[in-house]
Amino acid sequence: MNSTTDTSRWRTIDIVVASVIAVAFGVIFWAWGLVWSATEGAFAFFPPAQTLLYGVWLMPAVIGGLVIRKPGAALYCETVAAVLSALLGSQWAGTVIPQGIVQGIGAELAFAAFRYRSFRLPTAMLAGALTGLSAALFDFFVWNVDYALADYRIPYALLTIVSATVIAGAGGWLLTRALANTGVLDRFPVAQDRALI
Amino acid sequence: MINIEPVAAPGAPLARRNPVAKVAAALVFSFTLLATLDPVAPAIAIAIELAVLPLFGIGYRVLARRALPLLLSAAGILVTLVLFAADRSGRVLLDVGPVLVSTGVLLTALGLVLRVFAVALPGVIVFATTDPTDLADALIQNAKAPARFAIGALAAFRLVPLLGQEWQMISMARRARGVDAGRNPVAKLRLFASTAFALLVGAIRRGTRLAVAMDARGFDAGTPRTVARRQRFTRADTLLITGAVVLAGAALTTSVLLGTFRPLIG
Amino acid sequence: MGEVSLRGFGWRHAGRRAWAVRGVDLRVEAGERVLLLGPSGAGKSTLLSALAGLLPEDSGEQEGVVEIDGLDPRKGRERVGIVFQDPETQLVMARCGDDVAFGLENRGVPTDEIWPRVDEALHRVGFPYPRDRNTAALSGGEQQRLALASALALRPELLLLDEPTANLDPAGADLVRQAVAGALDADTTLILVEHRVAEALPLVDRVVVLEPGGGVRADGTPEAVFAAHGAALAAEGVWVPGHPITPRPATAAPGDLLLTADRLGLPPRLGSTDLAVRAGEALAVRGPNGAGKSTLALLLGGLLRPGTGRVTASAELAGADHRTPPHRWRAPALARRIGSVFQDPEHQFVTSTVFDELALGPRRTGQPEAAVKETVAGLLERLRLARLAAANPYTLSGGEARRLSVATALATAPRLLICDEPTFGQDRRTWQELVDLFADLRDAGHGVVAVTHDADFVAALADRTVTLHRAGDGDR
Ligand SMILES: Nc1ncnc2c1ncn2[C@@H]1O[C@H](COP(=O)(O)OP(=O)(O)OP(=O)(O)O)[C@@H](O)[C@H]1O
Ligand SMILES: Nc1ncnc2c1ncn2[C@@H]1O[C@H](COP(=O)(O)OP(=O)(O)OP(=O)(O)O)[C@@H](O)[C@H]1O
Ligand SMILES: [Mg+2]
Ligand SMILES: [Mg+2]
Repeated sequence: MNSTTDTSRWRTIDIVVASVIAVAFGVIFWAWGLVWSATEGAFAFFPPAQTLLYGVWLMPAVIGGLVIRKPGAALYCETVAAVLSALLGSQWAGTVIPQGIVQGIGAELAFAAFRYRSFRLPTAMLAGALTGLSAALFDFFVWNVDYALADYRIPYALLTIVSATVIAGAGGWLLTRALANTGVLDRFPVAQDRALI
Repeated sequence: MINIEPVAAPGAPLARRNPVAKVAAALVFSFTLLATLDPVAPAIAIAIELAVLPLFGIGYRVLARRALPLLLSAAGILVTLVLFAADRSGRVLLDVGPVLVSTGVLLTALGLVLRVFAVALPGVIVFATTDPTDLADALIQNAKAPARFAIGALAAFRLVPLLGQEWQMISMARRARGVDAGRNPVAKLRLFASTAFALLVGAIRRGTRLAVAMDARGFDAGTPRTVARRQRFTRADTLLITGAVVLAGAALTTSVLLGTFRPLIG
Repeated sequence: MGEVSLRGFGWRHAGRRAWAVRGVDLRVEAGERVLLLGPSGAGKSTLLSALAGLLPEDSGEQEGVVEIDGLDPRKGRERVGIVFQDPETQLVMARCGDDVAFGLENRGVPTDEIWPRVDEALHRVGFPYPRDRNTAALSGGEQQRLALASALALRPELLLLDEPTANLDPAGADLVRQAVAGALDADTTLILVEHRVAEALPLVDRVVVLEPGGGVRADGTPEAVFAAHGAALAAEGVWVPGHPITPRPATAAPGDLLLTADRLGLPPRLGSTDLAVRAGEALAVRGPNGAGKSTLALLLGGLLRPGTGRVTASAELAGADHRTPPHRWRAPALARRIGSVFQDPEHQFVTSTVFDELALGPRRTGQPEAAVKETVAGLLERLRLARLAAANPYTLSGGEARRLSVATALATAPRLLICDEPTFGQDRRTWQELVDLFADLRDAGHGVVAVTHDADFVAALADRTVTLHRAGDGDR
């Protein structure tokens, strides 16, 4: 058993739960397709809805950081999520891995800026905004070059950042709190703020 | 049902290569191609990818099924481009309101669609032939990835099909207790959200128990780990990566020589 | 080696006011074979986790001392092998061979020794598949055996087994017991938790009974313990051999038809099956692991769409809805008519407290709040869960969780009740209460279908038995 005072070393439970959070999001996406298979096609033609999904896809980074509270958690979660979607045969296959790393770095920077001491709503929203920014930059330069700048590329990038701040940032923070309330996170620092029953 | 097992014939010469080498080759190949926006280089790359497919032991039909979602994104690109293309030069073929289709737009669309396929296929091929356990082993042994993290992630991957079943179990449990949404889409969305939340909670609970089970068998006890299965990185693996670099370079060079090359930046 | 020493040991789980175990003084010498008994919730599983060093400091509060060979178990993990109550949670790898090898890799066993030791361990437990078999494709009994092999491959000095045969068919349970008996070396210490004493006795030479309030109730050879305390222990819920149970045969002839299955099946999980359930009748469904019993239960419960054949409800059960099959009914209507108890109780939990869990069904079927409170209070009392009303369902002990899942199905008072293994992991007292509960329901005109491996339960309650066979094992 490693001592609980060594705060930056990852325990086994940190590693496994971080991985599982990433994996569960992969499965939730799969189930989304199952439940909404009829509407799925529509999303491809409806860019605002796409960016909404984008925010959800960035959630593992924020939640990982908020739950594990250790350096590297946000980056690790988003990377594992990316590797999983490559293994599951996502349409972007291998390229999601570097993309996941870039996105993870965004959130990681936000938590690092507070030296892994603050995990409140503003920090979470900053983490969301920064993952959104890194995701938007990646897309801006790698995928969207041929689209009109003012009509598409810039609004798309801004929408991505807004969606990431709201859904991944604030949404991730709320979700983490809801998870802590169920008692599954009792062995993590998030749950220590919770009143005992 | 979700499936993360490889679909290839395991004996095929390239499928047998070291997983790290395969992933590296796919990434190198894909990222070289990202550098251009023209249709020629990706077309050559796709031809190369289809040509090496038998060496990976994948049938063309299997690939088609795995690459099906790509068609959807291709359609998406076409629509978005018709509405928002930066370059609308060339002969105008159709002009109704915001929709403007010109030969320039179509050429760009062709380039982008081919590029999406060319960039994505190597990953599809490699991951269709790679077992997650072997990938984790190779990452630890040949890429010096930290063992605790690679194995923790691997243990979580094993839960993927189980979580898929769990989704069905949660839905059945709710129905048995009188909870359903009927045809109301709002209720359906709410039920989806609450099922997803239950899945997440269940997954984390499984994760905590799994961590305990791993600790019970001496994971992270401080003893240096040994490996049950050696993953070797041989000359053939180096050749695979070199091959990927050379072929991707050849595709780009051809495009430059033909004068079609359009760099991503600049 | 493998000596266990507990002095005034106690553990309280985080978030709980009551101690799970307390005041335990116990010494077990190397090579002893101990059967650990106690009513459901007495803290047996908690004690085993403590011995395996698996109660992290941050998950509760400890009292007294626990030592293995004079060491804190958290530091001496390499001496201990444990098989948990639920085997599914302890498989780590995707391939069976890798799963056994995992522990060996962690211990730093040299590469060329690993596979011979894996093969030996798999052979000792009679594992029937090759090493590269996928762990997700194993039945419960096979998972149990694999978990045992993974523990044995490490050559532990102390082997801890928590109800290793719950959920196994009788033949599978025999195999696991034989595997344990055959796999123990002379100096391996064994601590076994098992409610069904008679079946475990051949494996052990000492019995220790935990007192629910705290401390050790009785300790000694099986003969001595049962001679001195037999009747009292039986009354408190221990399955003391030779204390018969009270059977509850039906008091009246069966009534109207409730549900019929015609050539019902779901390939490849379940082949074609015919079945009819009447009001005031208890029907037992038996068969080996993997025969499709749970699948049948879900089909009858209107939770799965049949692959072949059909399920028909009578007008008596469904009123005007009897023309549509149960899997197409709206959920509240279904919950009022057919109650389902799942094989794994945790699969059934939907809310975050025991109270809400029980209140959910009645609320959804539109009962007024006062009536809901009354129903819930009655069930909590009857199944001895009242002190756990505010607890999270997932923190319950194995037996408590089972009782809660049965209670949730009873809460809507459905006309037909379908239970999958309702009695596994139960102490004798709760077991008898469950039998009485089902018998009362039946005698009040409800239909009961119970999928079970429990021969005592069939003998005590069932009016009729249907046996399923595994596909390929001959005619159905
Ligand atoms: N993780 C946990 N968190 C909180 N309370 C727990 C936890 N695990 C067990 N408990 C409580 O501790 C008590 C003892 O549980 P334990 O599982 O040790 O019982 P047991 O003797 O093994 O019972 P059974 O025969 O039903 O399996 C129970 O009242 C249970 O509700
Ligand atoms: N969700 C599922 N998807 C695919 N196959 C399944 C699924 N659930 C069970 N099976 C398979 O169907 C067969 C029947 O399973 P089922 O759980 O109904 O058996 P059972 O008779 O209840 O066994 P046990 O006594 O072990 O509970 C098994 O071979 C099992 O592996
Ligand atoms: Mg127990
Ligand atoms: Mg079953």
